[in-house]
Amino acid sequence: MNVNYLYSLLAVVVLGLVAYVGAGAAGLQGVFGIFLPYLAVVIFVAGFVYRVMDWAKSPVPFRIPTTSGQQQSLDWIKQNKLDNPSTLLGVLGRMFLEIVTFRSLFKNSRVELVGDRISYKWVVWLWLFAILFHYSFLAVVVRHLRFFLEPVPFFVQAIEQIDGILQVGLPGVFISGVTLLAGAVLLLLRRILLPKLNYISKAADYFPLLLIIGIALTGIMMRYFTKVDVVKVKELTMGLTTFHLGIPEGGLSALFYVHLFFVCILIVYIPFSKLMHMAGVFLSPTRNLANNSRMKRHINPWNPKVKFHTYDEYEDDFREKMIEAGLPVEKE
Amino acid sequence: MVDILKPEEMFNSIDYTVPSDRWEDVPPDFSEGTFCYPTKKKNQDYLGIPSKEEWSPADEDWKLPDNWEEIIHEGFKERLGKYRSLKVFMDICVRCGACADKCHYFIGTGDPKNMPVLRAELLRSVYRKDFTTAGKILGSIAGARKITPLVIKEWFSYFYQCSECRRCSVYCPYGIDTAEITMMARELLSLLGLNINWILEPAANCFRTGNHLGIQPHAFKEMIEFFCDDIEEITGLKLNPSFNRKGAEILFITPSGDAFADPGTYTMMGYLMLFEHIGLDYTLSTYASEGGNFGLFTSSEMMKRLNGKMYAEAKRLGVKWILGGECGHMWRVINQYMETMNGPADFMEIPKNPITGTVFKNAASTKMVHIAEFTADLIKHNKLKLDPSRNDKFKVTFHDSCNPSRGMGLLDEPRYVLNKVCNNFYEMPENTIREQTFCCGSGAGLNTEEIMDLRMRGGLPRANAVKHVHEKYGVNLLSCICAIDRAALPPLMDYWVPEVGVTGIHELVGNALVMEGEIERTTDLRFEPLNEEEE
Repeated sequence: MNVNYLYSLLAVVVLGLVAYVGAGAAGLQGVFGIFLPYLAVVIFVAGFVYRVMDWAKSPVPFRIPTTSGQQQSLDWIKQNKLDNPSTLLGVLGRMFLEIVTFRSLFKNSRVELVGDRISYKWVVWLWLFAILFHYSFLAVVVRHLRFFLEPVPFFVQAIEQIDGILQVGLPGVFISGVTLLAGAVLLLLRRILLPKLNYISKAADYFPLLLIIGIALTGIMMRYFTKVDVVKVKELTMGLTTFHLGIPEGGLSALFYVHLFFVCILIVYIPFSKLMHMAGVFLSPTRNLANNSRMKRHINPWNPKVKFHTYDEYEDDFREKMIEAGLPVEKE
Repeated sequence: MVDILKPEEMFNSIDYTVPSDRWEDVPPDFSEGTFCYPTKKKNQDYLGIPSKEEWSPADEDWKLPDNWEEIIHEGFKERLGKYRSLKVFMDICVRCGACADKCHYFIGTGDPKNMPVLRAELLRSVYRKDFTTAGKILGSIAGARKITPLVIKEWFSYFYQCSECRRCSVYCPYGIDTAEITMMARELLSLLGLNINWILEPAANCFRTGNHLGIQPHAFKEMIEFFCDDIEEITGLKLNPSFNRKGAEILFITPSGDAFADPGTYTMMGYLMLFEHIGLDYTLSTYASEGGNFGLFTSSEMMKRLNGKMYAEAKRLGVKWILGGECGHMWRVINQYMETMNGPADFMEIPKNPITGTVFKNAASTKMVHIAEFTADLIKHNKLKLDPSRNDKFKVTFHDSCNPSRGMGLLDEPRYVLNKVCNNFYEMPENTIREQTFCCGSGAGLNTEEIMDLRMRGGLPRANAVKHVHEKYGVNLLSCICAIDRAALPPLMDYWVPEVGVTGIHELVGNALVMEGEIERTTDLRFEPLNEEEE
């Protein structure tokens, strides 16, 4: 069995301990509360921009959309404008649904051999876990804007309202925190328990999941159990956003710094890893192009000059035989 | 050639249990029957690409050029700079596994390296080592791997077990297309002189004679005239198609396989009868006598070199537009590459059907129309007199070819035609048709005898779906719009579903066509009785 996840687990535990000891016992709250977050944001922004620019630098020589439906053809044949778009509008629709609803993943199926038959079963789990995970993550991120904006914008409050709709516990339970943890754990279990998936998984696949599980766990611990002083947290985070740097009087718990450090590691990790899929999905030539290269000319900037076998060369090769067979020739 | 298992044994041998060794530690298998034969040096020399003295993949030492690592590194770098697809696809895979069991070669072999995700990892691991910071520092923990001769062998094995069918890319949440990755890997292998003969010999033939099969001009004409004799015997009508004729309105180009081997030849007869019936002003070319393009399976440059003849010939003959026959990868090239590579085609006019007046706006730029679009338009306008009962002995199903489905979207046109020319049409299950269609198992240059085991395994998902409709509805004829299919599906059917025949759709059109002045037909285009009772 593939035990790559142990490397990743070890890495996450060590990182957590570094922050726990560093900001706790060693008292380096300035490093973990101010310096590292700034550094992380700088690396994230620079790295992210660099990666996207680097992709954009390479041209798209050919229009190669994967066509997943009927093309635009004769007027009376109904085109599938979403899955085989021929216009920008169609492409936007296809991309929108792909990014917002994970439409391709929704088509997922599983192959099984039953008797002398191959059967294909629609399976929704991967799609469901992925949706759960990504939307929970989004909600959690939006909720955390509360710590960086004053006054708190209406949409953040709206999300909190919806997120806390269960109205249980004190402080009230945010659904997204729990579902984020659940989503990440389910995706992790999938990787560990499904043999095929386990076989293809790398340390780099487990690491971000474990890191995010760490983030969710420390967050949940702080909110519901150790009851972190959110006023102080906001003092620190608003200080970061407004460049009024300083550690709040009396400091914050080591657990908070572990949470923050995990977040810093995550955003630094993004530009160097597969997490760039969040940007790459917009640049995928099989999805973001219209299938219209028979209608409109597409230019390849490096279109090479190549040696053809010209008709004249061809006729020189076969002239006698062509004349004999009664085929027309250019030169008798 | 080695003997292969019996169908039942093969089916039972499929095992999806993953090996206990990490995939990085499992060496590729090069026992006889598992690999395509390498090309002869003369083909490489003729085409002017890196060549290699005679060798076999079974050899321990492949005697790569001294600077092979540098060649691969530089070649990889060049392609990352030329193709955004490659760069993005190397970077963003999250290994979610959605693609894993979508590949027909994985379904048929159970070999984990035939999962699209691992096939891509074969290349990606080297990419990480050579081109990413994390891979350079963390090495194998980051999934990076140093390239070795064994990795080259692995590439040769597995990138010639991919038929570039793009089925995986339908299911990938980011549209990662293994066809794109396989094309790049095959280009890199070609830089070391590693090509397979079943691709490069047709490419070299096509370069010289205008078609993959190396048919010379006089022979091409004779073959077509031979079909005309057959048509005369069946219908009583004498056809006189023209060759290399300047001033024709339309140039017709189809895969040379249709001129060469059954059952493609019957489809060719169908085309000729159709054109005669509507009085089309068209010509065939002996110079541009190939619709297919084995350059696509070699490199983008080779594809361009072979494709160039189409426009060159259209220009020389002064035709208004080009009509293209039934072929799979040919239409990927025409739809997604041709005009970009060899256009602009501004010396022609926007295609207009001279019989119905329909303007093919979707071909306004390439000036090339698919025969299924053309025939569907004719039928829709009632320009064909058809007697579908002549195909009544057939219960027909339709195999969507990979490229017209996922690289074009030609799905309903052939179905419309089929439903008008035969009375008994049944679809295969929806997971196996249209954009979810399965490869014949022999696409992208893998239609070669020595890997029959792989071909039968790769074709199993398709064959199994045919078997389903064969048992459920009594389907006895598998129709398709691809010349490679017409060559690959008959042995596949013989192996898995022996009672089912294979046809192109224009063979059925030819059968159903009631031509002016024809004698009463007693046989179909295969000289077999029209109805089974008459036997």
